[in-house]
Amino acid sequence: MKTLEELNAISSQVRRDIVRMVHAVNSGHPGASLGCTEFFVSLYFKVLQHNSKKFEMDGIGEDLFFLSNGHISPVFYSVLARSGYFAVEELNTFRKINTRLQGHPTTHEHLPGVRMSSGSLGQGMSVAIGAALAKKQNNDDRWVFSLHGDGELQEGQIWEAAMFASAKNVDNLISTIDVNGQQIDGSTKQVLDLGNLRLKFEAFGWLVLECDGNNLADLNSTLDGAKEKSKNGKPICILMKTNMGNGVDFMMGSHKWHGVAPNDEQLKVALAQNEETLGDY
Amino acid sequence: MKNIEILNKKDTRSGFGEGLLEIGRSNPKVIALCADLVGSLKMDAFIKEFPSRFYQVGIAEANMMGIAAGLTVGGYVPFTGTFANFSTGRVYDQIRQSIAYSNKNVKICASHAGLTLGEDGATHQILEDLGLMKMLPGMTVINPCDFNQTKAATIAIAEHVGPVYLRFGRPVVPNFTLPNQKFEIGKAWTINEGSDVSIFATGHLVWKAIEAGYILAEKGISAEIINIHTIKPLDNAAILNSARKTGCVVTAEEHQKNGGLGDSIAQLLAENLPSPLEMVAVNDSFGESGTPDQLMEKYGLNAAAIVDASMRVISRKK
Repeated sequence: MKTLEELNAISSQVRRDIVRMVHAVNSGHPGASLGCTEFFVSLYFKVLQHNSKKFEMDGIGEDLFFLSNGHISPVFYSVLARSGYFAVEELNTFRKINTRLQGHPTTHEHLPGVRMSSGSLGQGMSVAIGAALAKKQNNDDRWVFSLHGDGELQEGQIWEAAMFASAKNVDNLISTIDVNGQQIDGSTKQVLDLGNLRLKFEAFGWLVLECDGNNLADLNSTLDGAKEKSKNGKPICILMKTNMGNGVDFMMGSHKWHGVAPNDEQLKVALAQNEETLGDY
Repeated sequence: MKNIEILNKKDTRSGFGEGLLEIGRSNPKVIALCADLVGSLKMDAFIKEFPSRFYQVGIAEANMMGIAAGLTVGGYVPFTGTFANFSTGRVYDQIRQSIAYSNKNVKICASHAGLTLGEDGATHQILEDLGLMKMLPGMTVINPCDFNQTKAATIAIAEHVGPVYLRFGRPVVPNFTLPNQKFEIGKAWTINEGSDVSIFATGHLVWKAIEAGYILAEKGISAEIINIHTIKPLDNAAILNSARKTGCVVTAEEHQKNGGLGDSIAQLLAENLPSPLEMVAVNDSFGESGTPDQLMEKYGLNAAAIVDASMRVISRKK
């Protein structure tokens, strides 16, 4: 079991991976990747029961995770590599020709740890529900987790899925929403106000939890707590407040770093703010 | 022209329903999903026998496709059921990303395809579905011709690993292929051997092609009639062999010319064996309300249209 200190050290390295990956190809999505770093570290290094050494698509007996907002692939790839699904050196191939680390995650290149292609938004909750139903069919008592952007909730399919999950008691599903309040064209408030997400999910029949997505202690207890509160007939939604660009001061809190890579100078600044703890790839 | 016996008359969707029940009995991994059209898709018998292996998704087809994709993670073989329009155009991006690109073992089963849906009109009469589905890399596309073949195809696709689009229809039509036949995906079936013209037909148009064959025989024309139940992968060898023998080709389908079977065969011939070709298909038009027979006549999808196309194409032979 990793200590909070160890998880913080991993997070620092993951943030370095993220900015280095997007800088190397001058493309990719650093903002929400940085914002969700602690979530991924908590999930993959503490919460999930998973076998990173022998990846099986069906994941029988394992907890499963589906990334619905696939554009934050840098943090996903970094954490998959750092938790042992593939060699960290492969992060060097991100978005390059012939890579398994496509711009958006895919099963097409058979990258261990990825169970579904994502990128076109709004589809991952339905997929996670399907996987959760398969777990019930298999009498497999592990959980299915998913992550969604808050802007992604503007897609209608999310609400089809949300309605289904409670109506059909998909109570082994824990869906987290990255509430960073930003999307490509500006703040979610300006673009299309999401309104009160707690009331919306509660009205759809979900148990709603909230946490600080940039606080590892809070994440650990909320995610573990979600497991304890699950399997009571309701799916669980975690509204996770994050700071986009967290850990890199000039990227924080702005939609401008949604899909823009840092230049050489900015990279230096970003790396100086995040210690190399596990060795750069 | 060989005499083809009509065994009885049944709807192809009932063939799907029987096939689903049968494969459900032998394969415990088969799961069914439906978006509020259980009766239309003839899924009742499966649901009655396997209630825990059925998910009623409600009127939410996008969600249904995603759930089906997710169910494959865990080893299941999901069959989705709704009308062809809602199985394809409505959910194209869900199929593209979560099923085709993700290479998930989902069977997309689509009823009420084409004009023969009838009175509900153009909103429901999709004539573009074969094209939409065949363009997706890795997607298998099947359009069987009658009840028995639809049942056999339903059983066969459960054994095939990979995404499949299975298209069938609403009306009661002649059932003339063998009961309990073995369905081979991608294998064309030669119904009648001939020497003057090759008629490649799919779905409901296969019986119309047989009717055309009788009329052509009376005119002294020997038509080779081939059932192309699998649009993709296309049986290239069978098509090229027949076209080489007869020297001209007619295609027949309940679909737009653009993107349909004729389009696939035209591409194959243009690349390998340029031959005179006539397509019996809907010509860049939406459908409308009417009885199936009225619509098939108005839009030129009947035996008379196949006969006319055959005469034209034969006259174009050098």
